[in-house]
Amino acid sequence: MAYEITLLTTMAISVLFALSLNFISGFCGQISLGHAAFYGAGAYTSAMLAKAGAPFLLTLLPAGLVAGAIGLIVGFASLRVRHDFLAITTMGVGFLFIGLVRQQDVLGGELGISAIPSTGLGKIGFMAFAMGLAALFAGFCVYVKRSWMGFVYDSIADNEDVSEIIGIPVSRYKLIAFAIGTAVAGVAGGLYAHHVRFIAPDSFGFVESVTVLAMVIVGGIGSIWGVAFAAAFLSVLPLWFQPIDDFKILLYGALLFAMMRFSPGGLAGLVARLRGVS
Amino acid sequence: MSTLLDIQNVTVRFGGVTAVEDVSLRIGERELLGFIGPNGAGKTTLMRVITGMVRPQAGAVVFKGTDISTWPIHKRIRGGLALAQQIVQPLHAFTLLENVVLSAGGAKTGNPITALLSNARDDERAVALELLERTGIGAAADRYPGELPLGFLKRLEVSRALALKPDLLLLDEPLAGLNQAEAESLADLIAKLAAGGQAIMLIEHNIREVTRICPTLYVQDNGRALAHGPADEVMADPAVRRAYLGLEEAC
Repeated sequence: MAYEITLLTTMAISVLFALSLNFISGFCGQISLGHAAFYGAGAYTSAMLAKAGAPFLLTLLPAGLVAGAIGLIVGFASLRVRHDFLAITTMGVGFLFIGLVRQQDVLGGELGISAIPSTGLGKIGFMAFAMGLAALFAGFCVYVKRSWMGFVYDSIADNEDVSEIIGIPVSRYKLIAFAIGTAVAGVAGGLYAHHVRFIAPDSFGFVESVTVLAMVIVGGIGSIWGVAFAAAFLSVLPLWFQPIDDFKILLYGALLFAMMRFSPGGLAGLVARLRGVS
Repeated sequence: MSTLLDIQNVTVRFGGVTAVEDVSLRIGERELLGFIGPNGAGKTTLMRVITGMVRPQAGAVVFKGTDISTWPIHKRIRGGLALAQQIVQPLHAFTLLENVVLSAGGAKTGNPITALLSNARDDERAVALELLERTGIGAAADRYPGELPLGFLKRLEVSRALALKPDLLLLDEPLAGLNQAEAESLADLIAKLAAGGQAIMLIEHNIREVTRICPTLYVQDNGRALAHGPADEVMADPAVRRAYLGLEEAC
């Protein structure tokens, strides 16, 4: 039972993390190769506060705020950068984060932070809490998608210049997407830190950024259900089958390649196509 | 007639090339101005200066009495300008109807918070449908831009610009790519809009239609203002005929 609870908690955190990237890349069309940095910023913030004696729940809000604030700064700096240039820029941000964290003794340097206090919610309580947050954010995403904000994001993802010429303040919308997406990644990071109770710089590196991007792309960029499903599935795959963990990058790489080649719309696109055929 | 748009001594250089040189031009409220000139005359560049897509090296753009030279594009659009571009730029993920609906939803899209709290699209849909009917592409409302020929997309550009309910409508070669019948009916619509009080600046190569509907013409050549006045006088101007139409050589 404890094993299943761990699996479900891992799933919930991954779903939240993947949906946060989907908000930026799927909704607003801004590709990010450094999303793990914000996950890490939230994880470190939450872990440090918990170590200092703050109750778990009170560490999540600052985790989101710190990650969101950094996200806003990165977003602001990246406003004029597009497409592949944005991907490279965000990749740089990811490396910058790791490089900085490694040098900080306060943050545990290479060794990271261990013995993060328990949440006090119990294993089941924490699992339910993580699932609740993931469901809440998924619900928010569904709502946004149907609102005029979602409509505007679709247009920005389609063509920023056209959006601007029909009077849409594109920069403002992009910054909001960055702020929301990175803040939620920070909250997911806070959950992660309290789930594994040990964090180190390597948990938030380039591999993690690519992993979450793979979840979004395999699920179908922009599709809430597709991304949630892919995140849930891909996050527990290495836990289910230990051998897969050793070949994680290989598997994700192969999945990314296969999806881009055969179904750029991801699983969601595949399902839509199959429905169209039947 | 009071001035709606006042372009003051605008100069635009791209590298060593001067695209627009010291151009000043006024458009009054309710005016329909035909803007002609040979290829490379700097017409589109001047249009882009008005919308803010190009920042001039010198000069100012004053709209409704306010200097908007430093305003970003979206703010100028919200201030009452609208542009139908020469090279069509539909949003490919949207149907024609959705393209126009988004444009008609300016009151909801200006502020992200308002956008987040708004769901209903019925009013905008009604406006958009009517506009698509008026431009003659209502039958294709639910089709995607990728499935349609250029003539439809040119009219989509115009519909989308009209959905912004602009004080000044900027049309960059809206008739190009249409057949004669389509061009005539769209020109009729432009004339009708103008008769209803809509101020319009029309860049067009279709001289037949321009001279048919525009009472006033402005001619630019090599980035410089060549003539500006009543259409018949401008068209009779030897300099215009020489520069633009090459008629004297031809005759």
